[in-house]
Amino acid sequence: MTKTNKKVILTNGSLLIIEALAKAGSDAFIGYPITPANHLYYYAMQRFPFALPAQDEITTLQWMSGFSVAGKLPVTATSFPGFALMVESINMAYMMELPMVIILVQRLGPSTGTATCGAQGDILTLRGLISGGYPVPTLTISDFDDCWNLSEKAASMAIKLRTPVILLTSKEMVMTSRSFDINNLAEINSIERNHYNKEETYQPYKPLENGVPSFLPVGHSKHQVRFNASTHNELGLLQHSTKEAMANTSRLQSKIKDNLSDFAYYELDEMENADKIILSFGISSIAAREATIKLRESGIKVSLLIVKTLLPILPKYYEILEKYKHVIIAEENLDGQYSKILYGEKVPENIININSIGKMINARQIIEEVSKI
Amino acid sequence: MNNKMLNTYKLPYCKGCGHHLIARNTETAFEKLGIDPLNTILVTDIGCQGMLDRYSNTHTVHGLHGRSAALGAGISFGLSDPKKKIIIFIGDGGSTIGLQHILEAARLNLDMTVIIHNNMLYGMTGGQSSGFTPCSFNTTTIKNENQIPNYDICKLVRSLNVNYVRRIIARGDFSEELKEAIGSVGFSLVEVVELCPSYGLKLNPGMKMDKLLEESGQEEGVWRHEKESKTEYKYKYNNPSLFEQTKQIEQEFKHNLKKPFSIIMAGSAGEGVQIAATFFANASIASGLSANQKGRYPVTVGVGFSTAEIIVSPEEECKYDLGELDVIIITSIDGLKNNRKYIKEMKNGILFIDKSLELPETSAQIISHDFRQIGAKSAAIYALFYAIKHTGIITQEALTKTIKQHRIGSKIPLEKIEEELSKKD
Repeated sequence: MTKTNKKVILTNGSLLIIEALAKAGSDAFIGYPITPANHLYYYAMQRFPFALPAQDEITTLQWMSGFSVAGKLPVTATSFPGFALMVESINMAYMMELPMVIILVQRLGPSTGTATCGAQGDILTLRGLISGGYPVPTLTISDFDDCWNLSEKAASMAIKLRTPVILLTSKEMVMTSRSFDINNLAEINSIERNHYNKEETYQPYKPLENGVPSFLPVGHSKHQVRFNASTHNELGLLQHSTKEAMANTSRLQSKIKDNLSDFAYYELDEMENADKIILSFGISSIAAREATIKLRESGIKVSLLIVKTLLPILPKYYEILEKYKHVIIAEENLDGQYSKILYGEKVPENIININSIGKMINARQIIEEVSKI
Repeated sequence: MNNKMLNTYKLPYCKGCGHHLIARNTETAFEKLGIDPLNTILVTDIGCQGMLDRYSNTHTVHGLHGRSAALGAGISFGLSDPKKKIIIFIGDGGSTIGLQHILEAARLNLDMTVIIHNNMLYGMTGGQSSGFTPCSFNTTTIKNENQIPNYDICKLVRSLNVNYVRRIIARGDFSEELKEAIGSVGFSLVEVVELCPSYGLKLNPGMKMDKLLEESGQEEGVWRHEKESKTEYKYKYNNPSLFEQTKQIEQEFKHNLKKPFSIIMAGSAGEGVQIAATFFANASIASGLSANQKGRYPVTVGVGFSTAEIIVSPEEECKYDLGELDVIIITSIDGLKNNRKYIKEMKNGILFIDKSLELPETSAQIISHDFRQIGAKSAAIYALFYAIKHTGIITQEALTKTIKQHRIGSKIPLEKIEEELSKKD
């Protein structure tokens, strides 16, 4: 009866996320209390090599940027009211091309909304986060395995693409406790950082072949290092809208889009001859998975796509969705934010949005809608 | 690399601007201290001083308006290297919007020097008033009528017992003063008061800086702390894994379940509902079940209701959705109010409810009992034992052992609970 190859603990997603990020080589956690992200803060204070409370969320992001400029990998966790304060500084870190991970735990809005109620209401905010419409890589967690695996991927993506990365989750994923076998978790090693090591003059924003500039922390004893949040050239020197500066600015998008296939995370469970597909992500994936099983049990042919690389959208998603006559999108917000990003404000007739505010989407809702088709 | 801090004599400032003097005197201070520019990180703010980056041989970081002290603080934490000098160039506008960042860096006593270019207005955006504009000083937004006093940044920072604070009027050679600040240990701040030739000078003809300072109750001066110190911030790369700090649960007991079992436990905040639910989840796992435990709270945790939703299951992967409820445990009126809908909709389960409460409408079996008799704080755990005994889903022994192993286990009146449970028989 006792399964000796198991190591079962009662845990929440917060613990798994923080442990994974620490193992991946994150150096510092800057915290500011906010429900429902407090467990992450609490665990990070125990686990991270360096952890400190900041005076507010603007400071949080500025301190993190300082850590990143110094060659460290910083992490924070917040929810929308705190995230809103961070936005200008995230734009700064994005422009400076600073690796960092921001865990955004969604809760019910608008404004302070309800701190103790989950949601998936920040997708459109994330899509328009950067002035100019540039994409911030966003990975979203669908279960405890993702808490572990995607946290490492977020750290890796931040370093490899020299960018802030959003690790998106929701209240129930980080606050609900579950029995979980930690023996099945993949090993996570500290991510190696390859700094610039040539003799010739370092140019902080000169891209390598993949469009990402090599990194050097400030304080280097041989090379002068510059970071700049204003429009700049490859040397990091402020410029007006020169050709050189605009090439650097537009590279901020291309470096992410061109390398996105290295960070393409999704779960596709296709059923032969199915003409319907359920698309979901994050906390709503739970209901989507359960509904898929039950629909199949009742003889309805349906496929399932769980999106994990949420933003920018993987071209592959369209390839998959275009094969189906009906697309059912389940997300816990007012009227389908990801659906709007995929299809615009006027959603085509074959797209069915399943939404909910103030409570999680449940499998029954999805089954009902799919059964009507 | 050039050993001088600046790479040119032609700085991008208006004729007569004090920013020239600050840049040049900083350079001389560097020379006097023998600082290699590559051992220095210059963090500049938004404003005219922020244009210095391209003329500097140091490492340069150019961020947002008002945030340079916070950005510099992060760099100080990040580098954690006493050989590296961190210099913040910021204007009075940046110091207004980012005042708290300066105070915070001072409070943390980080090893950095903040040099405020205080020309008492926003020069780059058209000469508007800042928080550092004195009463009698004209700007493009307030003329001849300013009654709002300015911040005394030196006084504010001094209140935090930092090592070095100085106010200087920008004239001639003040490299020795900057040398003292940059060479000092821990947090230092120099406020250099100057006139913007484009707005300050034009709108305040004949203005005498000494008189202006005097009228606003300020003075040039230096304020040192008796004992120089800096706060060390260290990294600890050998913290134990969180898994090591989390109890691994071995299966020791048997359960009596064939399918998932859903329970709601509800009472008042502070009456041990959530911890009782955790004990139950742990005991269920120790009995070979999988578990899912979710808390439900009002907006403010600590008052009002506290509800726990627990699912335990013989299946390897516990489901998330409560589905049809098997048991609801209610130990207070707060818990009852929060769960009326669930109670009404429950069909085949059992409602365990404290006998002080009115019996709600439900088609479930109702068991009313005095759960609060051994104290409000133990009501939830007592009710849980009672329900377990009644339903037999796991053993009483599994729950008792889980509680005894928990750090707060000794606070649970197990003997009293057992006594009450045996009475029922």
